[in-house]
Amino acid sequence: MGKIIGGITTSHIPAVGNALADPEKRNDPYWKRFFDGYEPVKEWLADVKPDVAIVVYNDHGLNFFLDTIPTLAIGCADQYKNADEGWALPQLEVFPGDAQLSWHLVESLVNQEFDPTMCQEMLVDHGFVVPMQLMWGHLEGWPVRAIPLAINTVQHPLPTARRLYKLGKALRNAVESYPEDIKVVVLGTGGMSHQLQGERAGLINVDFDLACMDSVINDPEWLASKSITELIENAGTEGAEIIMWLAMRGALHSNVNVVQKHYHAPISNTGAGVLVLENA
Amino acid sequence: MGWTEHDYESIPGTYVFDGKTSHSSYALNKLFYSFNEEKSRREFAEDPAAYADKFGLPEDQKSALLAGDFLSLLRMGANIYYLAKLAIPSGTSVQDAGAGFHGITTDEFKALLLSNAEGFEEKLERAGGFWNG
Repeated sequence: MGKIIGGITTSHIPAVGNALADPEKRNDPYWKRFFDGYEPVKEWLADVKPDVAIVVYNDHGLNFFLDTIPTLAIGCADQYKNADEGWALPQLEVFPGDAQLSWHLVESLVNQEFDPTMCQEMLVDHGFVVPMQLMWGHLEGWPVRAIPLAINTVQHPLPTARRLYKLGKALRNAVESYPEDIKVVVLGTGGMSHQLQGERAGLINVDFDLACMDSVINDPEWLASKSITELIENAGTEGAEIIMWLAMRGALHSNVNVVQKHYHAPISNTGAGVLVLENA
Repeated sequence: MGWTEHDYESIPGTYVFDGKTSHSSYALNKLFYSFNEEKSRREFAEDPAAYADKFGLPEDQKSALLAGDFLSLLRMGANIYYLAKLAIPSGTSVQDAGAGFHGITTDEFKALLLSNAEGFEEKLERAGGFWNG
């Protein structure tokens, strides 16, 4: 039987990808504290050894253009490639997928009244790639099969926070009904507070970010009950990505143990948080 | 017939990319999307005006594009993630763009980011349980 062994939430800031490509940045004063926060995450992953990572992220205009925007899309391929997003990004090693599990997730989600778009070809952008690099980029080859699960957080109306929390619960049912014995980790990515655009650009709201982290651990209802407008007001237009953290949380039991909790700001224009939770 | 109003429209300095916005700027964002490919970035660099015409941009959007006026482009419906595909290859970082939206220098914008995050380590200490490596 499939088992969710834990969840991770992390920001997916593109500048992190650039910094990871430059070994000198690891101990640079700007970056050191941020990267230090991922060491316990990497240790936990090396210890629990998941077979599959379901990565909940948003596409920022690579695989999906505005002609067709799915609210929820799942990769159903044997492998996934990244691509140039406009600033000459290098081609990384191909990410192995798990088509059988993907199609099982699709079937289970549809039966639970979610309506994913099914993608047998899917380019993955920094929203997916940066978290993968943060978790496993230091290793030779990707040690997990990955399933990209793309949520629309670009073209409003966005799905509600509560919808993402419910999606997480549905994912848990889906994984636990998979007949094969596999260990799955769910990554909820994006956020935390940031606004890239307009005269309010530069917004970082530490108090709100910390409240969100506490809510994801102890009281997901608090974040799930926020409207998108409330999230924009508090966390910025792009900070509304925080809804994807709830997909990770919904996939876990109501009581969780905190393995790692870390926050740093600013990284680029963003409040950067990382959490690792296990079922209690 | 009209566009539905939304509560987020009253948030100052904030342009939510909804249907109304997206509809008004489809060609503009399609032009930015083309910059995912290097050959499109080169073609634009060679003759920006011709490239704007190729995508059928209206005059006001074309002028703002040729002037590199990010705030006007944003107000005319550019999506920030698509706008980044214009900005970053030409050497404009997200901090430069943020500074442009405020009409301040990039250093001033970076100082604003720092001041917005100021005191976060004390807040973490108060909250407890954070790993402060």
